[in-house]
Amino acid sequence: MIVLSTVVFFVGLVGVVIRRNLITMLMGIELMLNAVNINFVAFNHYLFPHRLEGHFFALIVMAIAAAEAAIAIALIINIYRQFGTVRVDDVDELKY
Amino acid sequence: MSGPRIIFFILAAAIVVFSILSITSRRILRAAIYLLFVLVAMAGLYYMMNFQFLAAVQLMLYAGGIVVLIIFSILLTSQIDSTLEPPKKSHLLMGVVTAAGGIILAIITILGYRFKPSDLAATGTDIRSVGRQLMDTDVFGYALPFEVISVLLLAALVGSIFIAQKDKA
Repeated sequence: MIVLSTVVFFVGLVGVVIRRNLITMLMGIELMLNAVNINFVAFNHYLFPHRLEGHFFALIVMAIAAAEAAIAIALIINIYRQFGTVRVDDVDELKY
Repeated sequence: MSGPRIIFFILAAAIVVFSILSITSRRILRAAIYLLFVLVAMAGLYYMMNFQFLAAVQLMLYAGGIVVLIIFSILLTSQIDSTLEPPKKSHLLMGVVTAAGGIILAIITILGYRFKPSDLAATGTDIRSVGRQLMDTDVFGYALPFEVISVLLLAALVGSIFIAQKDKA
């Protein structure tokens, strides 16, 4: 289970590194967050079944991921209006 | 091999294969759909471990919310049949080397550590006990993080509306 989550985490990392598109980078970040969630839940289920700590950690990570995705998508749409592209290499000015 | 083990391996294979497809697919919309498959398979894992509430939240929030949001933004920012350019060779090499090194290191560490499975009785993971503990102000209650998360969500909501509005007042 932990091996699985490790593999998914690093696949998400590769996704962030090799793509130059903001949306695919966001998808890589989502993959990494989910891998961490699997870890929390697996530890809770197999090592500490008398508590629900990992369960609540995973819930809170999910809520933060939702907030992060909403903000990121608002930013991406704004960047697209401003620059007409979502490639990170072309978005190189902070202020006109 | 027992039933849950077989189901775990099927789900794990699906997660790994679809996550790799999701980052290597040249069509961005297909990448989003592969991400959806990964998230649904993860909900299956949670269900297998008896965390029904977490599985339901995963399906609703990720599969229902975030993937739809990502697909919306893809449709708003690029043509439906647009393909991504292939990644640069140097980026690809660096990413794969980093990931392979990290995976090998982490797996050696994990397999070298002797985890002791707990023999304590499991608490109930039904909605009732989850809800009671989530709103509990006792030692293992989670009322404070719950409230902080709700404030964070409100701030994110207002912030994203402000960022995405057309002409700033």
